[in-house]
Amino acid sequence: MSDLRNVSSSPHIRDKVTSTNIMQDVAIALLPASAYGVYHFGIKALLLILVTIATCVATEYIYEKLMHKPITVRDFSAVVTGLLLALNLPVSATWWMAVLGGVFAILIVKQLFGGLGQNFMNPALGARCFLLISFAGRMTNFAYDTFTGATPLAALRAGESVDVFQMIVGSTAGTIGETSVIAILIGAAYLLLKGVIDLKIPGTYIVTFAVFILLFGGHGFDGNYLVAQLAGGGLMLGAWFMSTDYVTSPITPAGQIAYGVILGILTGIFRCFGASAEGVSYAIIFSNLLVPLIEKVTIPVAFGKTKAEGGK
Amino acid sequence: MNSAGERLYNGIVKENPTFVMMLGMCPTLAVTTSAVNGLGMGLTTMVILALSNMMISMLRKIIPDDVRVPAFIVVVASFVTIVQFLLQAYIPSLNASLGLYIPLIVVNCIILGRAEAYASKNPVMPSLFDGIGMGLGFTVGLTSIGIVRELIGSGKIFGAHILPASYEPISIFVMAPGAFFVLALLTGLQNKVKINLANKGKDVSKIQSGCNADCASCAAKCGNAKE
Repeated sequence: MSDLRNVSSSPHIRDKVTSTNIMQDVAIALLPASAYGVYHFGIKALLLILVTIATCVATEYIYEKLMHKPITVRDFSAVVTGLLLALNLPVSATWWMAVLGGVFAILIVKQLFGGLGQNFMNPALGARCFLLISFAGRMTNFAYDTFTGATPLAALRAGESVDVFQMIVGSTAGTIGETSVIAILIGAAYLLLKGVIDLKIPGTYIVTFAVFILLFGGHGFDGNYLVAQLAGGGLMLGAWFMSTDYVTSPITPAGQIAYGVILGILTGIFRCFGASAEGVSYAIIFSNLLVPLIEKVTIPVAFGKTKAEGGK
Repeated sequence: MNSAGERLYNGIVKENPTFVMMLGMCPTLAVTTSAVNGLGMGLTTMVILALSNMMISMLRKIIPDDVRVPAFIVVVASFVTIVQFLLQAYIPSLNASLGLYIPLIVVNCIILGRAEAYASKNPVMPSLFDGIGMGLGFTVGLTSIGIVRELIGSGKIFGAHILPASYEPISIFVMAPGAFFVLALLTGLQNKVKINLANKGKDVSKIQSGCNADCASCAAKCGNAKE
């Protein structure tokens, strides 16, 4: 039987990329922002980051152990969730807020909906909004060390002038990971080079937001104001690291563009017309909910089919 | 199937309107910010449910089939109005905290559901106890959700401080999202308990005599059969 062939079902060619690789890359890409946060806000920031990561990993492990599910803590996704959540906390957050947020992110937002790949909302942002609503005072208290000023966006809203250069370097008030645009962009460049993310979502998000600010920001073509809006708040962190989360963003190319546009418009609406100066977190978790709808209307035409036949 | 005890057990456990049938979600989510509100809403609904079930059961041979829903609503609305006047007169604080949700009991689908599924087809006494049982089940559901939300969201139960003053309330639990969290977790918990009981051989299934008693199955099966 010399002509015996090995028959197997597709896929026949496998990529080496796994969820674990991708999550490790995201974690590496977050290191510059984390390192700057620790440098800028001090050792308390490092402790918060460690507590949040440990809580997320422990929650995932304990839940999967209790539910007799395969243990997936080695895939790094819980680490990334914990790190992102910590970067979204102000340095004045207490340890129990970090623990509560970590448990909420992993248990409620991620595991109860089926674990990695099934969660409909970014766990880190879900937890951040949970904490923001529950402990509004603590979560918006950005005082640290001797610096007790408001965040640049709050100052901007109050009509004060802000130092754009400081905002880009990151020596301003804000959450642990959001202040330094440079550190975030270094991480984003790493992800782009590794091919983990592409420009579709963050690019359309940022461009749409910029256009929205120019049109409705009330400052006309004021370059300083525009750059301050782009560099301020969680926009950079959100656009590069959280709106690009594979699980909670559309997989169709047209859908990703639409998603970016929706994010930009929502963030603009929340920032310009909302009660708070910031709006990235809510814009992202709200758009997360729209993802199934976006995907439904943007299914690409399958190869060999005409447009009339559709891609179904 | 129609004895008083069975109707009560059915309403509180087997077909609990809140945790099993998922009926009356509007008041369930909206007024359970505290245990007192949950208890008040539950008991108010129970009184109306028992009275309307009884009245509709009495009138079941007179009400023409074609206009039964408007007829049920007239009966329910009359009782709601009476009860609201009573609350305004004797428990004004509860009336103030429940507010608009008292008139809204008229369109509470538990009441219309029981009228349609049970009271319009069964004698007066079982219908009365069906209403009391369902109402108690609703009360149990609302009160337990209210207790959990009040405890986590403000550190109190029935207005009494339970947790130490150093406890910082997680205020999202007294807002709308907290209602969904608590409802989902308590529903999951009671499913878990029931699965455990069923594994031990106890009958806790909600499937009963089909169209006659099971509110949830009625719309699907009997409704289609009539068309």
